[in-house]
Amino acid sequence: MIEEIFTASVFASTLRLATPYIFAAVGETFSQKSGVLNLGLEGVMLMGAFAAFYTVYATGSVIIGLLAALIVGALMGLATAFISVTLQAEQGISGIGIYLFGLGMSELLFVRLIGTPVSIDGFPRLYIPGFSDIPVIGEIFFNHNLLVYAAFLLVPIAAFILNRTTFGLMIRAVGQNPEAADAMGVNVARVRYMTVIIAGTLAGLAGASLSIALLNVFQQNLTSGLGFIAVALVYFGRWTPLGVLLGSLLFSFVNALQLQIGSIGVNIPSEFAVMAPYVITIIALVFASKRAEKPTALTKPFRRGD
Amino acid sequence: MPDTLPTQQPHISQLHMRGMVKRFPGVLAVNNVDFSVEAVNGRGEIHALLGENGAGKSTLMKILYGLYRADGGSIHVDESLLTLRSPQDAIGRGIGMIHQHFMLVPSLTVAENIALGMKSTRGALLDLNRVRSRVAELSERYHLRVDPDVPIWQLAVGEQQRVEIVRALYKGAALLILDEPTAVLTPGEVDDFFRVLRQMRDDGHLLVFISHKLHEVLAISDRITVLRDGQRVDTIPTSAASKLVLAQMMVGRPVVLEYDRPPCTPGAEKLRLEKVNALNDRGAKGLSDVSLTVCAGEIVGVAGVSGNGQHELAQTIAGLRPCIGGSITANGQNITNKSPRVLHHCGMAYIPEERMIDGVIKDFSVAENLILHDHARPQYARGGLFMRFRRITAASQQAIRDYEIKTPGTETPIKSLSGGNIQKLILARELGRKPQVLIAAQPTRGVDIGATEYIHQRLLEERAKGTAILLISEDLDEILALSDRVIVMYEGRIIGEMPRENVDIRQLGALMAGAQ
Repeated sequence: MIEEIFTASVFASTLRLATPYIFAAVGETFSQKSGVLNLGLEGVMLMGAFAAFYTVYATGSVIIGLLAALIVGALMGLATAFISVTLQAEQGISGIGIYLFGLGMSELLFVRLIGTPVSIDGFPRLYIPGFSDIPVIGEIFFNHNLLVYAAFLLVPIAAFILNRTTFGLMIRAVGQNPEAADAMGVNVARVRYMTVIIAGTLAGLAGASLSIALLNVFQQNLTSGLGFIAVALVYFGRWTPLGVLLGSLLFSFVNALQLQIGSIGVNIPSEFAVMAPYVITIIALVFASKRAEKPTALTKPFRRGD
Repeated sequence: MPDTLPTQQPHISQLHMRGMVKRFPGVLAVNNVDFSVEAVNGRGEIHALLGENGAGKSTLMKILYGLYRADGGSIHVDESLLTLRSPQDAIGRGIGMIHQHFMLVPSLTVAENIALGMKSTRGALLDLNRVRSRVAELSERYHLRVDPDVPIWQLAVGEQQRVEIVRALYKGAALLILDEPTAVLTPGEVDDFFRVLRQMRDDGHLLVFISHKLHEVLAISDRITVLRDGQRVDTIPTSAASKLVLAQMMVGRPVVLEYDRPPCTPGAEKLRLEKVNALNDRGAKGLSDVSLTVCAGEIVGVAGVSGNGQHELAQTIAGLRPCIGGSITANGQNITNKSPRVLHHCGMAYIPEERMIDGVIKDFSVAENLILHDHARPQYARGGLFMRFRRITAASQQAIRDYEIKTPGTETPIKSLSGGNIQKLILARELGRKPQVLIAAQPTRGVDIGATEYIHQRLLEERAKGTAILLISEDLDEILALSDRVIVMYEGRIIGEMPRENVDIRQLGALMAGAQ
C-alpha cells in the first residue's frame, strides 16, 4: 500500500502542482510585504489563464501565450494598485471585487470566443540529456516543462531582491512603517504600485502555468480556489519566499497524494485536500511566534499627515 | 537624493521662511509666520521654537521638511528660493527632521534604516558595509554609540533617538529640525543630548529645537521664537528671556508656574498594591512585584521614563489589565481583577493616559461622554432604560460651567474639542462622582498651559478634600509640582521612593535611568 502511494510520480506531480502556488504566492509576498493585501489573486489568475490559453489557441505559440498572460496580469495588477493605493479602498472588499470580475470576465470571454472545451498544445516537457533518464531522480526532478523550473528559480531571486537590494529595503520599510519611509524620501505609492503590479504579473503567470503548461485546457473557474490558497500560503510562509516555497510544496504534496490515493481506488473527497491548506495555515498562525514578521501596515492605506 | 559621499554634503548658512501660511479644514494652523536660522562665522545656531500644543510649531516645521505644502509664503536658502514638494526635496537640500514619533522601521536594523531612501554606491544592491563604516565615524565624532546591526525594536527609546541623529548626520543634514526631542529622555540623558547638539552647532549645523519646556529652551538655544494660535508672538535672544516672560508670551496672559501646596496631612490608607505583577502588550513582564500605598489627602507621584511600566500600572489598577500576581486593595476592599464597574462602586476614579481611546468615545457628544458611567442610573434613565434627555442636558450644562469646558454646546461631538477641554470633561465626569481614590495617568499630556494649570489646581483641591491620588506622569515638573511622595519606576519595578522635600533632581534622574 505504502509503495503504491508514495511513488516517484507523486513527487514529480508535487513539483508540477506547486508551480502555480509558487508564482502566485511569491508575487503576493511582494505585495503584502509592502502593505497591500491582494485578495483578488484568484481573479487575476483566471484572467491570466484565459489570456494564455486563448492566445495559444489562436496563434499556436506558447511564448506569445505566456506574454499575453504576463501583460493581462500586469494590467490587472495596475487596476488593483489603482483601487487600493490611489483610491485607498478597503483591500479585503476590493479584492473580492477583483476576484469576481476575473471569474465572470474569464468565463464570458471563454464562452464568447471559444465556446466548447478544447485542449491545446502547451509547454512541452523538457528533455534534459543525461539527467532526464536517471531512474527515479530523473522522473522526479528532470522531466518537467519550462515553467516548473522557472517557478523554483523565482524563489531565490525573490529572496535576493527583498533582502539584498535597495528596492527590497524600500518594500520592507513601506510595509512596516510607511510614515517613516515617506519621511526618508521613499515614494510609498510608487513602491506599492510596483509590488502590486509584480504580484499581478506573477498571478497571470501562475494562471498560464495551469492553462498552457499543467492542464492545457480552460474551463469556467479553472483555478477553483488556488489563488486564495496562495494568499494563505504567504501567511503560512511568514512573508518569506522560502517559507512560501515550503508551504507550496507541502500543499501540492497533499494534493498529489489525494490524486494518487483516488487513482488506486481509495476515495477521499477532494474537498479535504482543498481544505487542508487553510486548516494547516490557521493552525500555523495560531502557533506562530508573535515576532515582527507580519508587515504592520498590511491592509492600511497610506496618506501623508494622517 | 543625497549621495553617500561626504564631500558632496550640502551646506546652509542661512534659511528664511517668510509669511508662511497653512490652512487645514476650518483652522488657520500657521498664519503669516516669519522664521529664520542663521550661521555666523562658521558657527551654527540653535533656534528654539516654543509654543503650546496646536500653536503651529510642528506644522511650520513640517512645511520646511516638505511633509506639508504651504498655502502661502516662501522659503529662501542662502538667498535662493526653495520649492519643496516632498521630504525628498528637503533632504536633498540638506534639511533633516527628527520627529516626535521616531521615523524608524522596527523590524529593520539600524544600518538598514539608515540606508533607506538613500542611493547605494553599488547601484540597485544594498551597500551595508559602507553604511557601517560611516556610522562608526559619525558615532566616534559625536559620541553617539550605536550598533549598526541591531534591529530597532530591540533598542530603548534613548538609543533610537541616537539612531535618528546619526541618520540625519549621515544624510548630510545641514539644518536639523528636532520635534520635542527630550520628551523620551531622563534628565541625565538630556544633558548628554544637549552636549551633542552644542557640538553640532559649533561644527556649523543649524538646529531648530521645538519644545514646550521652558527650562530646556533656556538652556540650549541661542534665539527663541514663540508661536501662539498659529502666529508668531516674537523672536528674542535667549539671553533676554526668562521663564516667566516666555510663559506669558505662550499663553498670552500672566501664568502661575508654582502652586501653593499646603502641607500634607495624610489620613487613612485608601489604596494598597501588594507585589502586583502584570504582563505588557507584548506578553512579557510589564510589572514586577509593585507595592505601594496612597493615603487620603495625599498625592503620590510615579516618575519614570516612558515605557517603564507606568502604562501597565495605571491599567492594572483601573481593572483594564489582568493582574497575574499580588493584590490591590481600594477603600478596604480587595479589587484585584475586578471589573471597572466594581471599582466605580468602591469610589475609584480613573483619568486614563490615552484619553481619545480609553477616556472618551470620539464620535459621541459632550453630554453622552459625560454620562458614560452613569447612563443607566435612575437620575439619567427611567427604569435604567429610557433616557431622560432634559436631565442629561441640564447636568452637562452644569459640568460645562463648573469645569470651564469650552464647547459650542452639549451636543457637540467630543472629537472637535481641544485636548485640554476633553481632559476637563473627563475630569468633570470622574471628579463629579466624588471619588475617594483617583488614578491620574498623564493628566496633562498634550494639554495647553492654561488647561494644565486648571487641572493641577483641581487635583490639589481634590487632595484638600481628602481624596487619595496616584499621579502617574512622565513630566517630571508635574510630579515635582504636585506630589507629596515620589516613586520611581524602572523596567516595571519600583526602584526608589522619597518624600517630595527630600528629592534631589540628579539622584532622581539617575534612578529613572536605572541606577540603584
